[in-house]
Amino acid sequence: MRPLEQELISKFPEIKIYEHSPRRLYITIPKEKITEVSKFLFFQHKLRLSICSGIDTRDGFEILYHFSDDPTGTYYTLKTLVPKDDPKIDSLAPWLPACNWIEREMHELLGIEFTGHPNLIPLLTAESWPKDKYPLRRDFEPDITLEDDFQERTKL
Amino acid sequence: MRRIVPVGPYHPLQEEPEFFKLIVEGEKVVGLEINIGYNHRGHEFISPKMTYEQVTFLVERICGICSNSHPFAYVMAVEDCAHIQVPERALYLRTINHELERIHSHLLWLGLAGHFIGYNTVWMWSWRYREPVLDLFELITGNRNHYAMNKVGGVRHNISEEQIPIIEKVLLDIETKVNMLTKAVLDDPVLRARLENVGVLTKKDAIAYGVVGPTARASGVAIDVRKDDPHGAYDRVNWDIIVFEEGDVLAKAKVRLLECIESVKIIRQCLAQMPKGEIETRVSEIPPGEGIGRTEAPRGEVFHYIRSDGKNSPFRHKIRAPSYMNIPSNEVAVKGYSIADACLILAAVDPCYCCTERIVAFEDNKMKYSGKDLLQLSLKKTEELKAKYKGRNKLTL
Repeated sequence: MRPLEQELISKFPEIKIYEHSPRRLYITIPKEKITEVSKFLFFQHKLRLSICSGIDTRDGFEILYHFSDDPTGTYYTLKTLVPKDDPKIDSLAPWLPACNWIEREMHELLGIEFTGHPNLIPLLTAESWPKDKYPLRRDFEPDITLEDDFQERTKL
Repeated sequence: MRRIVPVGPYHPLQEEPEFFKLIVEGEKVVGLEINIGYNHRGHEFISPKMTYEQVTFLVERICGICSNSHPFAYVMAVEDCAHIQVPERALYLRTINHELERIHSHLLWLGLAGHFIGYNTVWMWSWRYREPVLDLFELITGNRNHYAMNKVGGVRHNISEEQIPIIEKVLLDIETKVNMLTKAVLDDPVLRARLENVGVLTKKDAIAYGVVGPTARASGVAIDVRKDDPHGAYDRVNWDIIVFEEGDVLAKAKVRLLECIESVKIIRQCLAQMPKGEIETRVSEIPPGEGIGRTEAPRGEVFHYIRSDGKNSPFRHKIRAPSYMNIPSNEVAVKGYSIADACLILAAVDPCYCCTERIVAFEDNKMKYSGKDLLQLSLKKTEELKAKYKGRNKLTL
């Protein structure tokens, strides 16, 4: 077991660590702990935030924070679950600029509220994009399907 | 008094849709707002609707310049998810292709940087030396861009014994030319005046913004995925990470130029060490699970995350290109410099372009236009335009 893993377990006993393959660790944490654990990883262990990703699963929205430990080449992925009826989580952007864009992106594409974000406006979608449509949710239905679009474009 | 200088949405020099709002006081830039998303193509939305094989071709089209790094990272994510072992020779072939891509991309950036500051000699030189690399791609994979080299479990194209001397000859040529170019850039007083101490990104900011690739290495952050998280054949060859502490545009140029030499070193060793054997393994199914693949693209770390639920297509596919982390750092790098420098500073992180300029049209299994025909077409068009505007003043044309 790595020293960082041991420290994490002794400091935050509620987390679960799972090693999928060498250098790829997945750490499940409750969503209230996200700021505390990320600050611990970023400031004390100098891990770099590579990116976050949000996934719409059956149990809720899963948010993954991929922290990279560059000297060992290991990914520490923090996994949190946010309930679907109240998708809210603390924002990391106020103290970590690397999180700014991706939180805005997850906000517009998945509809997750990041409390405390300084500027939670859409990043990628157009201004005319409807506010209640979230393209990366499983129940999203596009107005035009890929097949229709292909038929449309290949029509002579 | 504060004024706003809008640059974009169609950037006059970089030919890609992005919008920079420069907030200036007189000549000095005091703030920057960045707007992106004018060309959002929704890859993460399309990818779960395609099979694992098809996604390789989809992610290849994210970028025309780093069209090897995205599929490379993607196939590694799938291989990580399914615990697939790739044959040794395929690892070497992937590495060779990846390093050739780095050379051509860095030379492309140097040319553009020269063009941005009005030094077109540098532009013409470096693009001239970049051309043989694209020819090598055509030799190895059949395409100058979008090589279709990677597949889950291996590679599609092999390098034959006869091709190795040709590649080595081009490498020797590139090495001498890049060495000459490096000396010319470092000695030129005009270039130094325009690049030195301009657009400094401090180490602290580089860490806070999480920048990657040459942008990070020019600011003294010694990260390189090839060294830190060895993949491909990078742990089997000798090479060095290029790191500079200054953080200005000159340091970024130096990192990129010296990395070309390192790439030549890596390819040479790979060609010498490459074992014989299979270049792909058979992949039967992707079990439920998740995988992360990352590689060092010319602009920095490319990140792909795959979640599989056991079906034929990914459940979730997260893609992060390096410019996504690098462009926000412009906010701090550009502050305090003049508008004239801003043009170069904003380009110093090497934001992505697409350069698929050649076309080939087929009709009834025959090539419709050859290079000669295209030239004729172009000349015809010029004649048409001339006829259309005949008699008008040349200036108004």
